[in-house]
Amino acid sequence: MRPEEGVLTSRSRGIGAVLDLLTDELVVVCNGFASREAYALRDRPENFYMIGSMGVTPAIGLGVALSQPRRKVVVLDGDGNVLMGMGTLATIGALKPKNFIHIVFDNEVYGSTGNQPTISQTVRLDQVAKAAGYLHVERVRELDDLIYEARTMLKKEGPSFLLVKVSELADDVGRVGIEPAAMTERFRKAAMGGTAA
Amino acid sequence: MAIPAAKFVGRLQEVGFDFFTGVPDSILAGVIAGLIERRAYVPAVREDEAVAMAAGAFMGGKTPVVLMQNSGLGTSLNTLMSLNLIYLQPCLLVISWRGHDGGDAPEHLVMGQVMTQLLDLARIPHRALGADTYQEDLNWAAQVLMKERIPVALLVIKGVLS
Repeated sequence: MRPEEGVLTSRSRGIGAVLDLLTDELVVVCNGFASREAYALRDRPENFYMIGSMGVTPAIGLGVALSQPRRKVVVLDGDGNVLMGMGTLATIGALKPKNFIHIVFDNEVYGSTGNQPTISQTVRLDQVAKAAGYLHVERVRELDDLIYEARTMLKKEGPSFLLVKVSELADDVGRVGIEPAAMTERFRKAAMGGTAA
Repeated sequence: MAIPAAKFVGRLQEVGFDFFTGVPDSILAGVIAGLIERRAYVPAVREDEAVAMAAGAFMGGKTPVVLMQNSGLGTSLNTLMSLNLIYLQPCLLVISWRGHDGGDAPEHLVMGQVMTQLLDLARIPHRALGADTYQEDLNWAAQVLMKERIPVALLVIKGVLS
């Protein structure tokens, strides 16, 4: 257990707090417990849950953001995922999509495979995002600060990056109960405003 | 006779493709230049990123194309298999066939030899782009990918595109 573990909020509480702030924003959630927790907490047609393809969450979100520039896209990501696809931080920093908000729940472990350590304890992912060119970058440890910063970022032009330090705790939740192909159709319809063919 | 890159780009757009991303290869240089000229190209830093971006673009209402060297097919396999192929997110893969017929730099020879088998194993329909049949090839790819909702690959041998 990390020294500050006792004072950190759980990812699930953080995800719940972010989802509570949303109206019609499109959300892409990374694979692993994050997707399961988001699905259990507040499923909505505007949520897309990844079950595989680790590392490409923000790339999916970027594709959505570029093709629906009038919709806000929120990516709920993890430290292991960001480390795996770190190049995408550069792509986003270079393209600067205004409607892109990247929220990374950093528990410093690969939670789904048994809490093996990642390297995010020593590599400051928020500083990487800043260097890559995200316009607004914040790092929080408290739930109140997370809510404040997420609310602010939802109003600003991005790309924005919010790193949330969280504990290793994962909720006891089941798998996402939507078939992948059905999820694509549901999310596509929500993204296209009900006009998907 | 080689297909002029500008014609190929125009035909891609006529067929309905409207989101273009990828990682460059020399064989595809003319096509990428044409797309950049039309301000239609989103540069990616890795091919799996480009494939995922295309998946997002499809869900945003676009019909996407990913351009890559066949080395990038190796990089993309997990995303193709655990994203596009299970979530049914189609895209056109325009893949340069480096190492075709064994005549290329050593790093391309193994992929050049096994690429079509890899695509077969992944159940990704593919065709080599023909200089004389490219319009038909594009129509075929567009039809199959929208009907099956999976990625379809057109393989580009050196000299087919100018």
